[in-house]
Amino acid sequence: MKILVCISNVPDTTTKVTFTDNNTKFNTAGVQFIINPYDELALTRALEITEKQGGTVTAINVGLADAEPSIRKTLAIGANDAVRINAEPQDAYFVAEQIAAYAKSEQFDLILTGRESIDYNGGLVGGLLAEMLGIPSVNVITSIEIENGVATMERDIDGGKEKVSCKLPLVASAQKELTEPRIPNMRGIMAARTKPLKVVEVTGDLKTSATVGFELPAAKGGVKLIPADQAELLIDLLHNEAKVI
Amino acid sequence: MILVYAESIDGNFKKSTFEAVSFAAGIAQTNGVHCVAVSIGHVEDAKLAELANYGADKVVAVNSSKLAAFNAEAYAKAFANVAAAEGATIVVVSNTYSGKAVAGRVAAKLKAGIASGVISIPNTSNGFVVRKTVFSGKAFADVNLTTAIKVLAITPNTFDTHTFGKTANLTTADGGLSDADFISNSVEISRVTGKIPLTEAELVVSAGRGMKGPEHWGIIEELAQVLGAATACSKPVSDMHWRPHSEHVGQTGITIKPNLYIAIGISGAIQHLAGVSSSKVIVAINKDPEAPFFKAADYGIVADAFDVLPKILEAAKKLKAAN
Repeated sequence: MKILVCISNVPDTTTKVTFTDNNTKFNTAGVQFIINPYDELALTRALEITEKQGGTVTAINVGLADAEPSIRKTLAIGANDAVRINAEPQDAYFVAEQIAAYAKSEQFDLILTGRESIDYNGGLVGGLLAEMLGIPSVNVITSIEIENGVATMERDIDGGKEKVSCKLPLVASAQKELTEPRIPNMRGIMAARTKPLKVVEVTGDLKTSATVGFELPAAKGGVKLIPADQAELLIDLLHNEAKVI
Repeated sequence: MILVYAESIDGNFKKSTFEAVSFAAGIAQTNGVHCVAVSIGHVEDAKLAELANYGADKVVAVNSSKLAAFNAEAYAKAFANVAAAEGATIVVVSNTYSGKAVAGRVAAKLKAGIASGVISIPNTSNGFVVRKTVFSGKAFADVNLTTAIKVLAITPNTFDTHTFGKTANLTTADGGLSDADFISNSVEISRVTGKIPLTEAELVVSAGRGMKGPEHWGIIEELAQVLGAATACSKPVSDMHWRPHSEHVGQTGITIKPNLYIAIGISGAIQHLAGVSSSKVIVAINKDPEAPFFKAADYGIVADAFDVLPKILEAAKKLKAAN
């Protein structure tokens, strides 16, 4: 079983988001970058599968050299090897295209991504990538088991769950419940230093979008406090003033 | 021509589908072009005709027994085939789980630039720029799509539905599918019935650690039921398994933008606020006056939830009884 796990390098969830260059660039000053939490679940599940059934897990990232601490961490957690495609991850289309170009030469049985990256919130790479490779895709999976070349998964649907079965190869994207993330141990961290991290140059140059600017949400006008002993007034205000109920 | 994916569940369209159709029809009207809605799977003609009311000039229904259950590969192929046949230049879907599953594949097929989580109509004064939420609601990004065909996945509960009152022009298409397009199979679908799905809810009652334990959720559920709201929770609450993961809103959970979000006993960590800050009206109930949630809220009550919830529930019941 050969599994490819797609990794995004994203700002920690506690980051206070600000922008520079006239609101055209994300301000990375003082920001801690981490493996995208959903990708970390995908990686952990991939390791659980190969530990039980044999096989290898490759982590892949489209990013510049500053993403390498997160990529090294995937090796420390247990990935066998890693690939970095040396480019700024412009948008979901570009990232999917780069990963597809690499995956075509390697014949992976299973490709896992996170449900979305917590910075760009696209949630599109899995579907784009699967289409580019001509294989099925199942998004927002909360479980996956593999037996005799067939994956059985549960995915979130609006208001419920769907059980899906699919012959390998396929692309699936990880939703929260998939598994619990692993903290790398000292042995893993030592081993990661000597595991292969291959840097690959970009293929193709189809540009489909460009981010032209950012904006922070407007600050709230201030909270209207309701005295605790008149809490029932809340319902009246929501009905007559805010008109939402 | 603007093409819109009319997503259905068990033969019914959701409000988010009508929002998408109205959104697409509005752009079509501005540009003097047609709006075509595509329905995949079985939907009765009377329901298909509703799409015309919300703005579709033409409705293309693709149906076969194999399309009864959602399948990303087959749905995307059928949809992209209609897009090509109709000469679509803008493709609109709802930013739902299944909408996004289709959108990415369609974009790759059409070599189209794609933006998800879209919250604005396109600004074409300098390119084709749409606004989307990023950092799970902590900020917005303006994205210029530079390809001939564009795919937009629009955020539910963001755009109003409009009644255009057009007469339905219903047609069918076979979607150009073969057995090879059905590799994945839907085995079983289970939906929670009688509860409003969080992702679609206009009103949300959410609670956190301040509730002290899962056994105290009865009043939260009751308040939600009286208001016709969905229930949600904070990350610690779902991590401790007091509530299911599907209720966790925040940066690593679900991002929602209901008309009303009531946060009870949730302090308002930056990750939580990210997931709910786009809500139109926010109410914070917390006994700590310094809780960060009060800075993000429109209405606040500084009190122990257990003291004020019975009064609020009572008032809500009275309001509902009177209306």
